[in-house]
Amino acid sequence: MITYMFRKASRGFSPGLRRFSDLKVTEHVPESPASPRLTEQASLYVHWPYCLRRCTYCNFNKYIPKENNEDIMAKCLQRETETLLQLSQVSCITSVFFGGGTPSLAHPSTIAKILETVSKQVNLSDEAEVTLEVNPTPVGMSKLKDYHHAGVNRFSIGVQSLQAKDLKSLGRDHNSLDALQTLAEARKLCPGGVSVDIMFGRPNQTTELWSRELSEMLRVCDDHVSLYQLTLERGTQLFKQVQSGQVTMPTEEITAEMYQCARTTLQQHGFQQYEVSNFAKNNSESRHNLSYWTGRQYIGVGPGAHGRFVPLGEGGVAREARTQTLEPDVWIREVRQRGHGTRRRIQLGHLELLEEVLVMGMRMTTGINHKHWELFSPELSLLEIFGGSLVVQELLQHGQLILDDRGLRCSWEGLALLDSMLPVLLVELERGFSQKLAAN
Amino acid sequence: MTYFLVKQLCDISLLGRVLPFKVCRRKIPSYNICYRVLRHCLVKSLPVLSSSFRSLSTQPAKDAVDLSKFPVDKIRNFCIIAHIDHGKSTLADRLLEMTGAIAKTEKNKQVLDKLQVERERGITVKAQTASLFYSHDGQEYLLNLIDTPGHVDFSYEVSRSLSACQGVLLIIDANQGIQAQTVANFYLAFEAQLAIIPVINKIDLKNADPERVESQIEKVFDIPREECIRISAKLGTNVEAVLQAVVKRIPHPGGSVDDPFKALVFDSNFDHYRGVVANIAVIGGRVKKGDNIVSAHLSKTYEVNELGLLRPEEHATQKLFAGQVGYIIAGMKDVKEAQIGDTLYRHDHPVQALPGFKPAKAMVFAGMYPMDQSEYPALRSAIERLTLNDSSVTVQRDSSLALGAGWRLGFLGLLHMEVFNQRLEQEYNASVIVTSPTVPYKAILSSAKLIKEHGGEEVTIVNPAQFPDRSVVLEYLEPMVLGTILAPDAYTGKIMSLCLSRRGVQKSMVYIDEQRVMLKYLFPLNEIVVDFYDLLKSMSSGYASFDYENADYQAADLIKMDILLNGRPVEELTTIVHRERAYSTGKAMCERLKESIPRQMFEIAIQAAIGSKVIARETVKAFRKNVLAKCYGGDITRKMKLLKRQAEGKKKMRRVGNVDVPKDAFISVLKRKEK
Repeated sequence: MITYMFRKASRGFSPGLRRFSDLKVTEHVPESPASPRLTEQASLYVHWPYCLRRCTYCNFNKYIPKENNEDIMAKCLQRETETLLQLSQVSCITSVFFGGGTPSLAHPSTIAKILETVSKQVNLSDEAEVTLEVNPTPVGMSKLKDYHHAGVNRFSIGVQSLQAKDLKSLGRDHNSLDALQTLAEARKLCPGGVSVDIMFGRPNQTTELWSRELSEMLRVCDDHVSLYQLTLERGTQLFKQVQSGQVTMPTEEITAEMYQCARTTLQQHGFQQYEVSNFAKNNSESRHNLSYWTGRQYIGVGPGAHGRFVPLGEGGVAREARTQTLEPDVWIREVRQRGHGTRRRIQLGHLELLEEVLVMGMRMTTGINHKHWELFSPELSLLEIFGGSLVVQELLQHGQLILDDRGLRCSWEGLALLDSMLPVLLVELERGFSQKLAAN
Repeated sequence: MTYFLVKQLCDISLLGRVLPFKVCRRKIPSYNICYRVLRHCLVKSLPVLSSSFRSLSTQPAKDAVDLSKFPVDKIRNFCIIAHIDHGKSTLADRLLEMTGAIAKTEKNKQVLDKLQVERERGITVKAQTASLFYSHDGQEYLLNLIDTPGHVDFSYEVSRSLSACQGVLLIIDANQGIQAQTVANFYLAFEAQLAIIPVINKIDLKNADPERVESQIEKVFDIPREECIRISAKLGTNVEAVLQAVVKRIPHPGGSVDDPFKALVFDSNFDHYRGVVANIAVIGGRVKKGDNIVSAHLSKTYEVNELGLLRPEEHATQKLFAGQVGYIIAGMKDVKEAQIGDTLYRHDHPVQALPGFKPAKAMVFAGMYPMDQSEYPALRSAIERLTLNDSSVTVQRDSSLALGAGWRLGFLGLLHMEVFNQRLEQEYNASVIVTSPTVPYKAILSSAKLIKEHGGEEVTIVNPAQFPDRSVVLEYLEPMVLGTILAPDAYTGKIMSLCLSRRGVQKSMVYIDEQRVMLKYLFPLNEIVVDFYDLLKSMSSGYASFDYENADYQAADLIKMDILLNGRPVEELTTIVHRERAYSTGKAMCERLKESIPRQMFEIAIQAAIGSKVIARETVKAFRKNVLAKCYGGDITRKMKLLKRQAEGKKKMRRVGNVDVPKDAFISVLKRKEK
């Protein structure tokens, strides 16, 4: 019965893919062929897993290298890029992002080689955004020019703070002077293509200190600011310090105030908020990140990288959530053995895909427009799903959510409460989806 | 002092007892307390020709046991009553060993306590019976030990057991002395007019002070100290004297084998293969396999398939004779057919039925819900099976918007409820949400129309939803209990203020020796039903003991209190409270809700209200920001998982107005607090 229903659904949602119906795919509905663009292109994320030291707040996948194995790492990243590009069958890579870890520890030639690999295999336009995360250390700064030469056209600089004391206590390996110099150098190389990461909600931080620091930052920064709230993660040194009472974190009330204060300040300085934590002026939005939020395909390369794409190369029809092996050494071994270090592959059902599109899309201030939603859900419109819901009506009435002829999005106030609204929206989506399935 | 004591006993009996056939007796003021009345009230009216009776049985002895050689004057029916842990079961084990009912081994511990909960808690819940053979002065005696539950919650079971006895052994710990349940049990036996043999146990303990206990017994029960038997059940010291006293001091049952057959059903069990196994006391005549018997209650005829003694295992015999106690299986398919208190007689020889028992009345109610609705059928069958053997639990289907489908169960008391829950968990592996217990209130209606509707002016309110409005009510009534507290006098002050805070009214205060005080308080049952005993125990470092008996209803200023979330009443949290307690109860509920309702996008006002008047308020502040600031490198799997879990949780939440209330919040407010 269930198989039957899914079969019907798969027909319903994807008339053009009937050629696959003799394959044993019933549950997982392929992405809508209404937009071949979705499977023809992807963005590329490349993970550099190494850091010089461990920041006290970070629980991300990074390793302090024991030896210099950059050559091996470079070769493996290239190899995996090749494999996954081939698997995805994309013809075009729209953007590349080197993240980490500390990718600015990588030699510029490594970056160049990877970009070469990409452009050899698929179309990587000169216009394509190529971003590198940079730690604003003197060493990092000294390589900016070479990175630029290698093809990087956007730098995302992890300034985090301009307070010397805080940088130290957070365990960062730079000081504020380094940050300012790196920033200036980057702006010189890529005017309009430099982003700064700043972090609020730091230990002992007050709203006033934060406000002052932000103003200072705004005087020196380029056209893009990413605003991150320091979240206390289990297993970090900071977590232990807070647990033992050595360090106090600002309360929820205070961080809420800091967030609102930052949003207002940035707006006053001409920055448009385009996502929960991203602000830009002069059209300098991160295109790479926008492609995540608009539900495009992305390929993740490197230890622990995540990807979302249809493995057309092996006859796949549904998008997969893919994760690469975490530990660099194991990952290296796997890439050498079989060309890639993919550890986990989970096929996304149609509903799951829509859930991701919804969750990611709502992070943007423009939300999800009707056309965009239709790309993924030709059969079930936003209005059908959310228009009749009482709970959604309440959110609309309270002015936290907006559903109009443009689409579905958060209001200014609502955006700060997105995580409270998403569960409600997900429940409605599931309800609408299963009703549609039953009706078909 | 004696006068004082007597007066107090009279007070108690006036307040406490329910069995109607005892009324005539308890109204007679007696300055010389009769602790040994020779005949059990149920058999009092029967012709007494026992002492000269000779066994004339000509029945050839086919049984291993020839019961015909035990005429009534060679039979003693007795039970052991005691406060928890005073050694009732240990003494029973010794008696069983000494009379050869069970082999003497180290392993004999609580032989009669078959249930896991009984062994763990050291209490007896379900009465067991054991027939013992005992030789004394060259004579063979049949001693029927009818085990009883030790707690007054089970006083219904106790009185059932007592009704088949002519005497009791009242066990008192030589170290602890008289405790609350000793007192309660004494009165049960006393009012049943049984011979009472005080047995001071645990004299081997280092701190044993039998002298002191004897004076307590003399003072509280007016039993001469010479009648106390000092023993150590654990070591077997002087236990022989107990058996001798049973023979010498407890009167034999009345009745004669020549009378028509007549038996009292005093207990029943259900066996999946054989149907109902009824425990009977033969009042008169004889019964054998193949006899056609009739139950007076249903007038249904049954053929006796099997009968015999309980030793304590079933031991089939051919016959049972007047005065004997045993079991009978007669093709009854349902426990309801073996109504406890029912009379059995031969189909060709009807007799006048015994007065029977007034059915036990549930005094404590609690909702029971499966943790997950998918477990409903399993829980239902577990409850059905448990109630099959415990007819005193009342079962009513109930459903709550927050907790789903469940039941409202009525229990005789708190311990009864706890034991039931524990058996449910242990024997049936069922995990349940048990709501905080409530008591049955009553209302006297004033409106003629409503009286007609209800078929009477008095209505019992078990569910707050049925609470009739003040405007149609003459008065509300709440159930009362008479509580007995025994404690060292150092704690008297603290205990008195606790009792006062629970709306208790002191009825008496007696020093039972230099250091120990016995306090009697009249309490609203509702005030002691939740945590009173725990508080009492902790404030007295465990030295106070408490017991209570039901003491009818009293007028009370009861009101219905609503809990509101943003102005909307939450149906399942509506509570009936005494006006004096409304504020503290309401505040506590609001506080517990505040802790368990997660912050939402808007402020939530949690209020307790009486009518339109808000008496307590807590506020859950709105989220000002709730969004994850950063999504790293495309790793949204974790985030999606979290959101999906929240979405799933959302579906299970109960929406009150615009507020989502997780099931846990209801559980934390409704559930009994763990001890």
